[in-house]
Amino acid sequence: MKYQVQENCLTIFLPKELDHHNAEEIRKESDHLIERNHIRYVIFDFADTIFCDSSGIGVIMGRYKRIYMLGGEVCAVHANERMKKMLVMSGVTKIMQIYEEEK
Amino acid sequence: MENTNEMQLIFDSRSSNESFARVTVAAFMTSLNPTVEEVSDVKTAVSEAVTNAVIHGYEGEVKDVIIRCRTEERTLYIEVEDKGKGIEDVEAAMEPLFTTKPDLDRSGMGFSFMEAFMDELEVESKPGEGTVVRMKKIIGKGRKLWTTQSL
Ligand SMILES: Nc1ncnc2c1ncn2[C@@H]1O[C@H](COP(=O)(O)OP(=O)(O)OP(=O)(O)O)[C@@H](O)[C@H]1O
Ligand SMILES: [Mg+2]
Repeated sequence: MKYQVQENCLTIFLPKELDHHNAEEIRKESDHLIERNHIRYVIFDFADTIFCDSSGIGVIMGRYKRIYMLGGEVCAVHANERMKKMLVMSGVTKIMQIYEEEK
Repeated sequence: MENTNEMQLIFDSRSSNESFARVTVAAFMTSLNPTVEEVSDVKTAVSEAVTNAVIHGYEGEVKDVIIRCRTEERTLYIEVEDKGKGIEDVEAAMEPLFTTKPDLDRSGMGFSFMEAFMDELEVESKPGEGTVVRMKKIIGKGRKLWTTQSL
C-alpha cells in the first residue's frame, strides 16, 4: 500500500484496481497505521484508481467507522465521475467530503 | 445463428482470480464495440458477482466459479454461478446496504451496483445448492451506426 503519514493525518494512495483482493491489504495496513500513529484524519486519494467496486466502498466505510469513533474525519480526493457515482449511491457522501483538489 | 458468440470460464474461487474474471469478460465483449464506459459497467458487475461467490458462496473455500457469456446481436448475457451455500432470502439480499457480513467491511452494495450498471439482473438461489446471477446489457444503446445514416 502506498501511503504518507503527516502528524495525525494518513493519506492512502489507492491502487489502480480497488477490488476485494486489494482492499484486504489496505484494510490491514491502514488499521495498523491508524493505531500506531494515532491517526485522526484519513485522506483516500483516487488519483491512480481506474477500477473500483463495492469492496472499495466497504474499505472506506470501515475506515470511516473506526476514525469516527476516535473523533476524527475521513475524506476523498481525485475521485472520477464513476467513483463519485458509486460513493453517492452507497451514501458515503453523506458522511464524508469529496474534494476535487488536494486540501 | 450468425451474430452470436459464446464462452465459458471455470476458475478457482480465489480473490486473486477476480481481476482475471472481469478482464476476460471485458475482452470477450470487445466484438460488440463497447465504449470505455460500457466496459467499466460490465467489469464492475462481473467483479461484484464473482466476489460474492468467493466471499459468501464458498466463504473462503477454493471451489469452482463458473462464468457463461453470450452475445446475441448487440446484447451481452452473463451468468455467474457458484455451487456454494446459497441465499435464504434473495429479495432481502438485493436491498441496498443489506449484508450478512458487516464485520468483513462489506457495504451491502454489490447487487445495487450490478442493477445500476447492467440493464437486467436476475438472481436464482437455493440454500445449500448455490447461486446463479444472470445479467444482461445492450451495448451501443443510443449510438447510431454510421452505416444507417444517410451519407
Ligand atoms: N453467491 C452468493 N452466495 C451466498 N450468498 C450470497 C451470494 N451473493 C450474495 N449473497 C448474500 O447477499 C448479500 C448481499 O450481497 P451484496 O453483494 O449486495 O452485498 P455484500 O456482498 O454483503 O457487500 P458488498 O458487495 O458491498 O461488499 C450478502 O451479504 C450475502 O448474504
Ligand atoms: Mg457483494
